[in-house]
Amino acid sequence: MTSQDEGKSRARPDKAVLVIAVVLVGIAALVAWDAAHLSARVSTYSRVGAAAFPYTVAGALAILSLVTAIAAFRGTFPERAPLEIGPLGWVAGGLFLQIAILPFVGFSIATGLMFALVARGFGGKPLWASIPAGIVLSFVLYVLFSKGLQLSLPQGPLERLI
Amino acid sequence: MESFDALLSGIALATQPINLLYALIGVTLGTAVGVLPGIGPALTVALLLPVTFKLDPAGSLIMFAGIYYGGMYGGSTSSILLNTPGESASMITALEGNKMARAGRGGPALATAAIGSFVAGSIATALLAFVAPAIVEVALSFGPADYFALMVLAFTTVSSAFGGSMLRGLTALFIGLCLGLVGIDLQTGQARLAYGVPDLLDGVEVTTAAVGMFALGETLFVASQLSRSQETIEAVRGSVWMTAKDWSRSWKPWLRGTALGFPIGALPAGGAEIPTFLSYSMEKQLSKHPEEFGHGAIEGVAGPEAANNASAAGTIVPLLTLGLPTTATAAMMLAGFQQYGLNPGPLLFTTNPDLVWGLIASLFVANTMLLVLNLPLIGVWVRMLSIPRPWLYGGILVFATLGTLGANPSQFELSMLAGLGFLGFLMRYFDYPVAPVIIGLILGPLAEQQLRRALAISQGDPAALVETGLSIGIYVICALVLLGPLAMRALRRKKAGSDIRPAFED
Repeated sequence: MTSQDEGKSRARPDKAVLVIAVVLVGIAALVAWDAAHLSARVSTYSRVGAAAFPYTVAGALAILSLVTAIAAFRGTFPERAPLEIGPLGWVAGGLFLQIAILPFVGFSIATGLMFALVARGFGGKPLWASIPAGIVLSFVLYVLFSKGLQLSLPQGPLERLI
Repeated sequence: MESFDALLSGIALATQPINLLYALIGVTLGTAVGVLPGIGPALTVALLLPVTFKLDPAGSLIMFAGIYYGGMYGGSTSSILLNTPGESASMITALEGNKMARAGRGGPALATAAIGSFVAGSIATALLAFVAPAIVEVALSFGPADYFALMVLAFTTVSSAFGGSMLRGLTALFIGLCLGLVGIDLQTGQARLAYGVPDLLDGVEVTTAAVGMFALGETLFVASQLSRSQETIEAVRGSVWMTAKDWSRSWKPWLRGTALGFPIGALPAGGAEIPTFLSYSMEKQLSKHPEEFGHGAIEGVAGPEAANNASAAGTIVPLLTLGLPTTATAAMMLAGFQQYGLNPGPLLFTTNPDLVWGLIASLFVANTMLLVLNLPLIGVWVRMLSIPRPWLYGGILVFATLGTLGANPSQFELSMLAGLGFLGFLMRYFDYPVAPVIIGLILGPLAEQQLRRALAISQGDPAALVETGLSIGIYVICALVLLGPLAMRALRRKKAGSDIRPAFED
């Protein structure tokens, strides 16, 4: 298929783009709703309070959502390649794991495990090799940054050793 | 000659041994990170910002200047050898330079990019030193309405950067403006879009957003297209030195690229890729060998690369004199200033002249260091390119989360990083530009402040926004930028007859 008839061969409406339009109008509603609950309009010294700018942004997003919906029906968004769920899942899983266990195991272990899962997603070494490698790397960085630059990173059992 | 004296004292500051060391660390780290595939200067600066947290403002900004220029040099190396431009401004370098590398002329391509960047960077920094004080003089008379108009212009041009879709650019901008709304409204003290979450009261951190959207977003995107992207590194064969013929074909493109890049970069309008494209087509027209273009013409690397660096120095003009970032990289520089409570703008030149001129002087220092360091060390940088992808992307995410946690060691901040990373990934997948989000996030609150100030002065009369000649002129330009492409397409459609493509989308 050439780039000229791109999109024309796809199913219309482009459902994913339609979802984007719905999300955008949702954000617009959220911003407007939040602005409506500000008490800014009683401000005496300026008629333009804290709500004016949010209303403008919400209005613009609502218009953009409408244009996005039109684009979905016309199928004018660029061609997309299918997602490869496997590698994506490993990387996303690594990030979620790091967030979940960070308060309990500290920076080095949480980040090391994240490193190993991300490396696995990109077709890297088996986990038994990359998990220790990741933890060692993160621990070295922890020492460098907490001792050298006095940045306070979340501590866990490993960090308390030093 | 007041500015000349100020520049001299800036040079004195920048050449103190400890500051030279900061500059050296900055250029080394900047090059090392910038050379990694897919990492552009903006992400380099965002990733390395936490390294500068504990330094004093002067040392930090000097290291910053080094990181900025180092990231640009590193980016051109990976563009040439790997064809992975980290940002749109390196696309031409990647296009033409990679062809040269494939033809076994990688060495001269790297050399002409490095020396061209040095020449362009030096001339442009000198111009910056002379132009900035003049603009400061003018800018002191600007009122809030003028500033608001300038910011609207920056928003408009950043989101309608040419080649992309205006719909997606504007959507990205307004998502950034939404993120910028989060937190306490400074004028009334009310929390907006915080939903009672205390961590949100301070707003969304610009560095978290930049690292999340660029680093995590890019990593997730590459992972989602893993089997489609096979990268091949072109080995640097033969000498890295340029022959006499290479020199004679390079020096004019360097100067022409500088002449294009600096003024366009210095306009408060953004779009670093425009001068590189202009330079490329100009060199192609002026060349005696137009047939070589597209197959590895040295002019096609020398000109655009000089234009890229000159416009990068140019963007520092509106950043320092007006507080107006027009590229994602400049937005990160602004974040760097803000971490010390410094607000770039005309007043900074009188309140902190040492800092401003120290920064300008250290751009010279960094530029010179890079020329000396880079070509001899090219072998080291090439080795950085051959890091296997699992380690590379694992390492990028380790550094990304390290920087975020170093700035704010909380689970919440890490969740924000991941959330913004997924947003960045989805935007990348649906071909939305990411830079307008960053510009909207950092510039949105400033624009709102100027708008409300202007309207407070006029007691709510919106006519005050278009009272000065400058603001009227700027809005006319904005209208042209937004409506021009629509009108052009409508005309073209009339000629073509039956084309049903919608005008807003392309």
